[in-house]
Amino acid sequence: MAEAQQFCTFFLDGHYFGVEVEKVQEVRMYQELTPVPLAPPVLKGLINLRGQIVSAIDLRCRLEFPERDNSELPMNVVVRTEDGVVALLVDEIGDVLEFKEESFEPLPETLGGVARDLVTGVYKLKDSLMLILDTEKAIHVVASNGRNHEKRKQ
Amino acid sequence: MSDLDNIVKEFLVESYENLDQLDRDLVVLETNPSDQAKLASIFRTIHTIKGTCGFLAFSKLEGVAHVGENLLGRLRDGKLVLNAEITSALLATVDAVREMLRSIENSGSEGDGDYSALTAQLKALQEDSSQADADSKDAAKEAGEQTPIGEILVESGKAKPSDVEAGLQQQQAGDPRHLGEILVEKGAVNPKEVMQALNTQAETRTTGMADANIRVDVGVLDKLMNLVGELVLARNQILQYNSSRKDSADTAFTYTTQRLNLITTELQEGVMKTRMQPIDNIWSKFPRVVRDLALACGKEIRIEMEGKETELDKTIIEAIKDPLTHLVRNSVDHGIETPEVRTAAGKPAAGRLLLRAFHEGGQVNIEITDDGAGIDTEKIKQKALEKGLITSEQAAQISEREQLNLIFLPGLSTAEKVTNVSGRGVGMDVVKTNVEKIGGTIDISSTLGHGSTVKMKIPLTLAIIPALTVTCGGHRFAIPQVSLLELVHLEGEEVKKSVETIHSVPVYRLRGKLLPLVYLQHELEMDAASSASESEAGEATEDHGINIVVLQAEDRQFGLVVDGIQDTEEIVVKPLGKQFKGITAYAGATIMGDGAVALILDVLGLAQSSGAVSKLRDRTMADQTTETQDEEDARQQLLVFEVGQEGRMAMPLSMVARLEEFPRSGVERTGTQDVVQYRGKIMPLISLARVLNYSQDEAAAAMDPLQVVVFAEQGRSVGLVVNRILDIVEEAITVEHQSKYDGVLGAAVIQGHVTDLLDVHSVIRKSDPSFSERPEPAEVSA
Repeated sequence: MAEAQQFCTFFLDGHYFGVEVEKVQEVRMYQELTPVPLAPPVLKGLINLRGQIVSAIDLRCRLEFPERDNSELPMNVVVRTEDGVVALLVDEIGDVLEFKEESFEPLPETLGGVARDLVTGVYKLKDSLMLILDTEKAIHVVASNGRNHEKRKQ
Repeated sequence: MSDLDNIVKEFLVESYENLDQLDRDLVVLETNPSDQAKLASIFRTIHTIKGTCGFLAFSKLEGVAHVGENLLGRLRDGKLVLNAEITSALLATVDAVREMLRSIENSGSEGDGDYSALTAQLKALQEDSSQADADSKDAAKEAGEQTPIGEILVESGKAKPSDVEAGLQQQQAGDPRHLGEILVEKGAVNPKEVMQALNTQAETRTTGMADANIRVDVGVLDKLMNLVGELVLARNQILQYNSSRKDSADTAFTYTTQRLNLITTELQEGVMKTRMQPIDNIWSKFPRVVRDLALACGKEIRIEMEGKETELDKTIIEAIKDPLTHLVRNSVDHGIETPEVRTAAGKPAAGRLLLRAFHEGGQVNIEITDDGAGIDTEKIKQKALEKGLITSEQAAQISEREQLNLIFLPGLSTAEKVTNVSGRGVGMDVVKTNVEKIGGTIDISSTLGHGSTVKMKIPLTLAIIPALTVTCGGHRFAIPQVSLLELVHLEGEEVKKSVETIHSVPVYRLRGKLLPLVYLQHELEMDAASSASESEAGEATEDHGINIVVLQAEDRQFGLVVDGIQDTEEIVVKPLGKQFKGITAYAGATIMGDGAVALILDVLGLAQSSGAVSKLRDRTMADQTTETQDEEDARQQLLVFEVGQEGRMAMPLSMVARLEEFPRSGVERTGTQDVVQYRGKIMPLISLARVLNYSQDEAAAAMDPLQVVVFAEQGRSVGLVVNRILDIVEEAITVEHQSKYDGVLGAAVIQGHVTDLLDVHSVIRKSDPSFSERPEPAEVSA
């Protein structure tokens, strides 16, 4: 691991998150979303990223935070993953910060739930903590034919 | 293949291409054995392969190529004349070489195939001529592949002609060394100069062959295509920005923008073109396929091609390769007859297979025509009956066209005997599925005794398709045009009247047939999601009418109910992210003109998830009969028509073969009987008004053209002349009173009118007593 690592930071329901800067293609303001019927709520829809159609994942929903107010428009952190480019919807975008390795800590054992799977560790800041998001895991959401279909099968 | 070094890889790629070329050339050469240029080119190709094998130490391969080359040498020198036997042997050589190349590609060695029989055969063939000792060195020189080293040295003034001459003589006298070595030893040239000359020789060998083309990874092209797409969007933004600027004083910027515009467009076209390939890439394999097959079946077949240069996207080319090959094999195997049969039928002994390709309306049309026996629809029908694919009732009803289309049913093969070529019962249905998978359509037409034609319509590229945009629940969706059959709009009252339910499954009567309806809003579970449009849509079904998009999924039709129908446009298909792959209702997404994303509906997926396809599937054709039989006494489809003045009659639709119009001028007479020529036969016409003694006014009596209901039974047809076709209804009828009139079964109330029910058989017997007395066997081949 390099001595210092750069992170692109963002906020979600008052929490401070970060993604390794190399994984981030770009950050964008709110973009018009095309919802996809039948998809689970975490898959907020599709955005047109310069001619490329990109899936948008609502991180609030993914991390089981309360839903965003309708008046608040999410911003996009566009990340490159093994499954292509995906947009992560966040509340607000922070700075790109550099962290020293010394301030890194693994997750406390007591942490459970989704966070256990999606957060790889914590960087200690002076007055807060930054959670490192595992993008590959975060975007691993699979939609199937909707409930309607399942019901009918029975 | 991981540790295969680059030279071998290059050799393989080049050799495969060369072998394909050989296949083509040999077949051409067989038809014209005196074509010296072709012969020379074949010789060169084989020689190159042999040479490279020697260099790479593939001795077995070299051995086979060598005997092949010797045989070709004889041919080229005119000591032998090419015949079918020699061609077959040479083609076998090509196959053997290909086999070994495959083995090299897979395992790095030539494999353990035994080619001694082939070599012996090749040797036997060349020994027909007295001078058995072919001098391949001489051959190499004449083949013109390489300039001899001596020549290079003399030309560059490095060596004296006399020295080279002496060296060559020494070589011929038995010196095994290379000419260069001999000359160096003699001191005629220095080693450096020989090296130089060798380099020159190598250069001349490679240039001319490879400099016009390079191989590019398709992935690179795909990436280029995407980048160009982005460039186009950036260009659009700049154009927009430029036109919105208030001060257009900065003309330099405007000029630059315009240039950018032009260049981008040109670049886009150029990149699109790189993915296009001529259809000849597949077709070029066919002459060999046809030749081998024809030989195996004892047939003579000439293959002709039109529009070889027609271009298609690479992915499409790949996708239609197998279906096309299958169709060609089909034509050869059981389309075209043997020479004896053909001559007996008065046709030229050699069959003709024509492949045509051309662009039309943004699509590529491909036609495969043969002048063979054509397709016996009667035979197909019998076969389908035998295999239980259709019922005898259906068989009696279906039109000729539908009969032809039966060959696309799975499990139907018309080949009398199963050959190793085709006729295994898998075939046309697979072809159809493959063609439809890429958004193409396939159609077949045939004239018995004169041949058949298969027509395919294929999209130019998979990436851009015409689509219909519809709205539903406030969203926009695109529906690929290929699945679209028609659009139906129902207003207010009509909706309640014509949309019925069977066990809560909504259906609509489309021209008498029940069309299951699928509500997109419900299917995509948008009922609750979009509250704004919900009330509106709810009302729509009640008051504002509904829009039904009639779609074709596999061989079934269903109606998709949407809120609104917008426009058709060409859309660029983009894949959905992996996250959405599980939803079968979508085929992808596209970006609309306004920049917004719209989902593309997957018609088949939608049909399956809604049950429109599988539900219907359960109701197979066989089931349908029981259904109709059950309903025989209750609901029945009836053709209602007018006879004479105001005479209202009906007959079961199942007894109607076709509805036709004949001009009065086409009516002829035999004896006292009115007849028309119908499908190459004489069909009697019976005027129902006359037979049933209905009063006929003058206008009706002079009516032109004649409205005719064609009734067919046991391979014979009778035309029933009526005044007017009124309707097709599906109603439960109860016969009110039995009639005492001949030709009328009774009367019933249909659509609120008293209607006489026609007794078809008695009417026909009345005018032609012979009809039912001379029953012909059911398997009449027309």
